[in-house]
Amino acid sequence: MNFWVYLINGISLGSVYAIIALGYTMVYGIAKMLNFAHGDVIMIGCYIVFLTMTRYGLHPVLSVLLSILFCTLLGITIEKIAYKPLRRALPLAVLITAIGVSYFLQNMALLVFGADTKSFSNVITVPGITLADGALKISGTTIVTVVACIIIMALLLLFINKTKAGQAMLAVSEDKDAAQLMGVNVNATISLTFAIGSGLAAIAGVLFCSAYPTLTPYTGSMPGIKAFTAAVFGGIGSIPGAFIGGILLGIIEILGRAYISSQLSDAIVFAVLIVVLLVKPTGILGKKMHEKV
Amino acid sequence: MRKCNKFISAVVASAMVLAMAGCGGSNETAPSQAAQSSQQEAQSSQAADNSGAANDGAATGGQFVIGGIGPMTGGAALYGLAAMHGAEIAVKEINANGGINGVQIVFLPEDDQHDAEKSVNAYNSLKDQGMQILMGCVTTTPCVAVADKTAVDGMFQITPSASSTDVIENDNVFQVCFTDPNQGVASAQYIADKKLATKIGIIYDSSDVYSSGIEATFVKQAETLGLEIVADEAFTADSKTDFSTQLQKCQSAGAELVFLPFYYTEASIVLTQANGMGYAPIFFGVDGMDGILGVENFDTKLAEGVYLLTPFAADATDAATVSFVKAYQDTYNETPIQFAADAYDAIYIIKAAIEQTGVTPDQSVEEIGNALKGVMPTLSVDGLTGAGMTWDASGAVSKAPMAVIIKDGAYASVQ
Amino acid sequence: MAKVSLKRLQKGKTGEKGSRDKFITLLLVVAVYGIVQLLVKTGHVSSLIQGLLVPMCVYSLVAIGLNLCVGFLGELSLGHAGFMCVGAFTGAFVSKVLRDSIGNDLVLFLVALLAGVAMAALFGFLIAIPVLRLKGDYLAIVTLAFGEIIKNIINVLYIAKDSNGYHAAFSDAKSMQLDEESTVWLINGAKGINRIANLSNFTIGIVLILLALIIVYNLVDSRSGRAIMAIRDNRIAAESVGLPITQYKLMTFTLSAAIAGAGGVLYAHNLSTVTATPTNFGYNMSILILVFVVLGGIGSLRGSMIAAVLLTLLPEVLRGMKDYRMLIYSIVLIAMMLFNWAPKSIAFRKQLAAKWKKQKTQEEA
Repeated sequence: MNFWVYLINGISLGSVYAIIALGYTMVYGIAKMLNFAHGDVIMIGCYIVFLTMTRYGLHPVLSVLLSILFCTLLGITIEKIAYKPLRRALPLAVLITAIGVSYFLQNMALLVFGADTKSFSNVITVPGITLADGALKISGTTIVTVVACIIIMALLLLFINKTKAGQAMLAVSEDKDAAQLMGVNVNATISLTFAIGSGLAAIAGVLFCSAYPTLTPYTGSMPGIKAFTAAVFGGIGSIPGAFIGGILLGIIEILGRAYISSQLSDAIVFAVLIVVLLVKPTGILGKKMHEKV
Repeated sequence: MRKCNKFISAVVASAMVLAMAGCGGSNETAPSQAAQSSQQEAQSSQAADNSGAANDGAATGGQFVIGGIGPMTGGAALYGLAAMHGAEIAVKEINANGGINGVQIVFLPEDDQHDAEKSVNAYNSLKDQGMQILMGCVTTTPCVAVADKTAVDGMFQITPSASSTDVIENDNVFQVCFTDPNQGVASAQYIADKKLATKIGIIYDSSDVYSSGIEATFVKQAETLGLEIVADEAFTADSKTDFSTQLQKCQSAGAELVFLPFYYTEASIVLTQANGMGYAPIFFGVDGMDGILGVENFDTKLAEGVYLLTPFAADATDAATVSFVKAYQDTYNETPIQFAADAYDAIYIIKAAIEQTGVTPDQSVEEIGNALKGVMPTLSVDGLTGAGMTWDASGAVSKAPMAVIIKDGAYASVQ
Repeated sequence: MAKVSLKRLQKGKTGEKGSRDKFITLLLVVAVYGIVQLLVKTGHVSSLIQGLLVPMCVYSLVAIGLNLCVGFLGELSLGHAGFMCVGAFTGAFVSKVLRDSIGNDLVLFLVALLAGVAMAALFGFLIAIPVLRLKGDYLAIVTLAFGEIIKNIINVLYIAKDSNGYHAAFSDAKSMQLDEESTVWLINGAKGINRIANLSNFTIGIVLILLALIIVYNLVDSRSGRAIMAIRDNRIAAESVGLPITQYKLMTFTLSAAIAGAGGVLYAHNLSTVTATPTNFGYNMSILILVFVVLGGIGSLRGSMIAAVLLTLLPEVLRGMKDYRMLIYSIVLIAMMLFNWAPKSIAFRKQLAAKWKKQKTQEEA
């Protein structure tokens, strides 16, 4: 019985990782950069929801929408100022700027919102499900997170495969220069990617903080790195891969903690990651890399 | 490109040398912030022009300069900021009431980001600013590193909240808070004495010195008292969002009481998750749990019935606490946590020690340090975190832990 | 989808070319040492800067190590803090155990250094075997994973000595059945190692940097060095002319880890306590070292040293800014990256340099 409880806990933790990983993988797939500031955009999104809801008493739906809007604008601004000038530079240079942005957002939040812990109220009012005479409980937050993950994944796939802008993204991700020659506006496409990725971060933030309701300026950094791991696990750049990677990572973390050692759960997660990558060097759903001679 | 790089490295190298020279260019003790800010604006080394911005008088000998070190940025910022704020309130009060023996105090807080190396940097920077007494560090690992430096300099050091016994191995360091072993033993003793439970589960942070220190002594003491530890589960700094597994293990092992020796930020998630899974044992925290009721927007119903051993409760009704809490709220718009109260007490302890010895600011750091550490074992100080606090020569404090229970969204003392 | 594009821009940019340039770098280090010592002797250096001298050496050293891996081998590692951690803990452990039997501080440090470097090299070698099969970002994440595993494991490692001899335990200190009266903790779980002898100093740090520079320069100049860069620039071509790719990669990665380990030993003996926390040995530190390398210029050892020194100095010099300190630090970091790497800024700088040169020639004429 306990096993099923752990499994469900793992899925609910994993679903949160998955939804963060979706944003990571999307930006990586198109802009080819690891956006280390993604976790901190999540944190900013949470603060927006928190402030508008508890301090100004806005309706939850309204404040979530406001947060999505704010994060989208934030994402576009960050991209314009810190990433765009480096578009033609080494990808590593952009990675470092992303770290700078991450420090910036954390310290900005520290100054603006203060260091003290805030308690996030759950915006999800969906009732949970009870199975097997009350022994198994699936919380409403978990259900909403998993459903939201699947919907977002489907929408993203539809968007990329069926719309013109999505096709442009695909083209940019395959070959930036060729896409430009074919008349794709590369800059606009990449900005759009960041806008979508940051909007997703706001949604992820709301779901993350609903499941684990504490909020500090550093809330985003740890799930950020876990989600990055999840995205690599599933094959970075692959949207379904991020979902599968996230869920699996959550399950491994919880089961490792439950059955092997609670002190070593981090080591277990990373050890499994290493083994998976050694067997499948580009992650579970990653495309095979072709080498050009 | 290469030319350019060479040019830049030459500029940078010369700028560095200038910066270093500028730093010590003026008086030994007073390069201070003025000199530093001037360097980073431009390496023009015009420290003299900026001296107005400095803490005037640090080196004049007319004031006691007390330094404070704690994390003011980074993940542990809330503890360090609280401590610095608490100390600043104490300093303001003392200065308004005529200072110590008629001498005003200057308090200089510095950030260490909860890192040993940065903490030593903060200490050195404070030394440059003319610090005579150190109130810090707030967290344990940095404190161990800094305690070694103060021992060399003979500086008097009192830490508000670094609770490991490693901190006070040098004889110039004193604590305001309980040591970790002390808390572990006291908690187990209390649980056994009051017969709160016999089957006990523990959740602790195995990557944290404070938490794992309490856990180790709690387990040992619980065994000798005949309490049964049915689950002993850990989490780490890198995975402190989800506690469902640890709670599930405690629940299936039949723990009637779950011991939570860590800070309230994580504890608030533990309580939320336990509530979500319908598990309602007695929760028992230590002093790190204090502050949980002050978390903005926290549903205090979740904390109903939580016991904690803490020396300080923000809603105590004695006059000293009430006036401190009011001053804190007025200044910082937050409810003070135990860290703030510890630091507030630390400043008053320094005051009591100085009054007892009659040291003056013009004495050397070492003279002040020797005098103060000699007088500490003879002091008895009434503070926010305990009445009649006394110290032994080792530096550990002796005060009565106070057990409180959260009732109707407020702390209530239990005997 | 992941394309290894590290190589594209870095081709042909191997930092200091020619022995004259390398000599200048070595000379620069010696000159800085001389100037700083002079200033210290004459009392012109504040305590803060004096305290920063060893950390600056530590980060320069680790940055040299990582630059060897990123710049010359062309593989992105996010786990060098892990090697630093191994070096720090091994070194501190050895010096603590042998402190009573070796009286001379310098000898004690050398023994600790050898042990720390050897252990870091061993870890580097063992980790490199599986890791180097991967590429690009996947390699980066696996090194990150190893770094985190090392940190996690050290946090649950207990070694103590009591009247019955040495005891060690993994994740469970109670099983050691220690005699409490005579217990001396060597490694105490999350508390790490305490009361470490203060053996590091600026001179040792500079000597280690010079040593590391000489070793790396010699390697780069040698036949192996050219082979390594050939592998970086075009693996397939290198393989086709019969270069033993794996062997060269292993060697470079191991050396890189060993240098990071030396940095760790220096780090541990500068503070009296060493613990494995996310800030000092976690991925944050690995990334910070990468920042030094990238900011200073990939492949340029001199650049990484300057960047390491500047970025260690920066937050400390900003202490006067109080609450805004780290915010300004992050802004400066972004600005420096844009200045150093943005194609537009590079073009602008070139233009400026050309103008300057032109003026100079005109003046001379």
